[in-house]
Amino acid sequence: MSGELETANNPENLERIVIEPVTRVEGHGKVTLLQDKNKQIRQARLHIVEFRGFEKFIQGRPYWELPVLVQRLCGICPVSHHLAAAKATDMLVGTQQLTATAEKIRRLMHFGQTLQSHALHFFHLCSPDLLFGFDDEVRHRNIVGVIEDHPEIARQGVLLRKYGQQVIQLTSGKRIHGTGAIPGGVNKSLSREEVDFLLKDIEQIISWSVDAVMLIKRIFFEQLDYHLAFATIDSNMLSMVRSDGAFDIYDGGLRARDKNGNTIFDHNDYTGYTDYIKEGVKNWSYMKFPFIESIGAENGWYRVGPLARVNNCDFFDTPLAEKERLEFKAIGNGRPVQSTLGYHWARLIELLHCSEAIKQLLHDPDISGNDLISKGAMQNCGISVIEAPRGTLFHHYEIDDDGIVNKANLIVSTTNNNQAMNESIRQVASHYLDGNQLTEPLLNQIEVAIRAYDPCLSCATHAMGKMPLEISLLDENDKPVDRLHKRATGHIERTL
Amino acid sequence: MNRKTNLTLLFSWGNPSRGDDAIGPTIYESLQQETLADVDLLTDFQLQIEHAIDLERRERVLFIDASVSALSPFEFSRLQAAEDESYTSHAMSPASLLCVYEKINRQAALPAFMLSVRGYEFDLGLPLSEKAKANMNQAINFIQQLVSRSTEDWNKLAEP
Repeated sequence: MSGELETANNPENLERIVIEPVTRVEGHGKVTLLQDKNKQIRQARLHIVEFRGFEKFIQGRPYWELPVLVQRLCGICPVSHHLAAAKATDMLVGTQQLTATAEKIRRLMHFGQTLQSHALHFFHLCSPDLLFGFDDEVRHRNIVGVIEDHPEIARQGVLLRKYGQQVIQLTSGKRIHGTGAIPGGVNKSLSREEVDFLLKDIEQIISWSVDAVMLIKRIFFEQLDYHLAFATIDSNMLSMVRSDGAFDIYDGGLRARDKNGNTIFDHNDYTGYTDYIKEGVKNWSYMKFPFIESIGAENGWYRVGPLARVNNCDFFDTPLAEKERLEFKAIGNGRPVQSTLGYHWARLIELLHCSEAIKQLLHDPDISGNDLISKGAMQNCGISVIEAPRGTLFHHYEIDDDGIVNKANLIVSTTNNNQAMNESIRQVASHYLDGNQLTEPLLNQIEVAIRAYDPCLSCATHAMGKMPLEISLLDENDKPVDRLHKRATGHIERTL
Repeated sequence: MNRKTNLTLLFSWGNPSRGDDAIGPTIYESLQQETLADVDLLTDFQLQIEHAIDLERRERVLFIDASVSALSPFEFSRLQAAEDESYTSHAMSPASLLCVYEKINRQAALPAFMLSVRGYEFDLGLPLSEKAKANMNQAINFIQQLVSRSTEDWNKLAEP
């Protein structure tokens, strides 16, 4: 399944086209396309340079700091790291089973995080692509364009995200750098006042979530063939599922299915992930390339995130999302939906599920309980997996007898999708880029393919968001022969 | 959960574990120790669309952030709503946040100002640099004097 285009046989005879950075995804990314002398795309690589130093940042710290410390790894999904670290430290402190209150509070926090993350991605980052088309003027294809043309949608997006943040704040105790999840449980439950505060808006949140799913379906079916084909690749899919096969983003076993939906493994204990997931390295990328060992590095890469989760699960335990899942699944005609743009649809089904699940939990008296922590005998190894908004997230820590972390291994969602993003870029490049004349619509299409995965390429830094898009064409000796400077306004100038 | 909204908002942001990116949240922590009349303090990792809601019912806002390009120790300037390239990322600039505010509220943005404190090192795990600390302390002194002054004074101070 690993494309024949990834590593060319004779790279010395290729031209290189470099696109950097990728706009509207987090951090610094660039795309390198290598052409042969016939102007055909022979290599495509998404370079991500920011996943360095995570483990070093963690090593040497006491384990009890982990749930708070790891939030600083990423300004985009701190709650995912918070919860993943908390789950791993549960194992360290010997917790066999969280109390009902602790587990439900954590789940509520996770639903809030996923809700706000998905709302941001759809309404802010991707709806411009989908509402206006990929060839629309760049200046128009941003959130302001959405607001001008669809003011009600933009307002709903802002308020959905705000609601998710409120859930996070009330369950974690703080707006950011929350301390809600701690080794063995949580440090607070919800008061009656807090529950009522969240309940008063939940019906509106569910209603807007339904509207969002209706919107993406309308968009998708308006150009069904195109949406099914664009950047589409056949891949394995990996996600967590509950013991009964239900969609679950907080806990469960790991399920992997191949491109046709056949089971590779099911309900695997994630604490043994090193027995069946391996992390490959390539000399051109700092980011690793995970794969399923039984299939091998060549064909064992997989996709994670909403597309994988909605494809892999047997059902949603909330009625509105389950109804939408069945409709989504139908377009696969008996196979998993492999459409890369299907990520957007699946993401909004998850958004709807989160809204429904939040409502269910707010009516559950356990979330106001007082039994918050359970612990057992200390252990030296803690491993956890959760389904972060962007996909499966692994945290693995080993501590010494003083509780100091001496080993840490994180496989973040974007890393799990690393090979898949390269494959989608290759698909787009092979279809739309020919010759050495880069055009804005062609670049937009590559970016749209990457954005479908909602990658998080780095943490907040001050270099981010300030660099315009630059495209360089390099010859086989890495000598630039052309360069285009693309401003956020859409203006393009040749700078070489 | 529902409390009085003060008319002046001081909104700082940054990642406390990314070297001088901690300038914003550290200023937030410092100002929390003080009694600033009619002032709300807010901090976050980065600006995002929902922060447009936090600007509602305010008279003025001061954004506080580390900067890789500001003159040392800090620069104080007036902000205008503007669409810029930060729309293309997960994070936003203050100007683009003001733009979202205007669009979703259908009204002109409130008077907004930027305090850009010069930072130098932003790698994960680094502490605040000594030079950044010095700049930050001067910035805190400036803020303490600023909050008691009128918006008209802020405008004068922000003139280039």
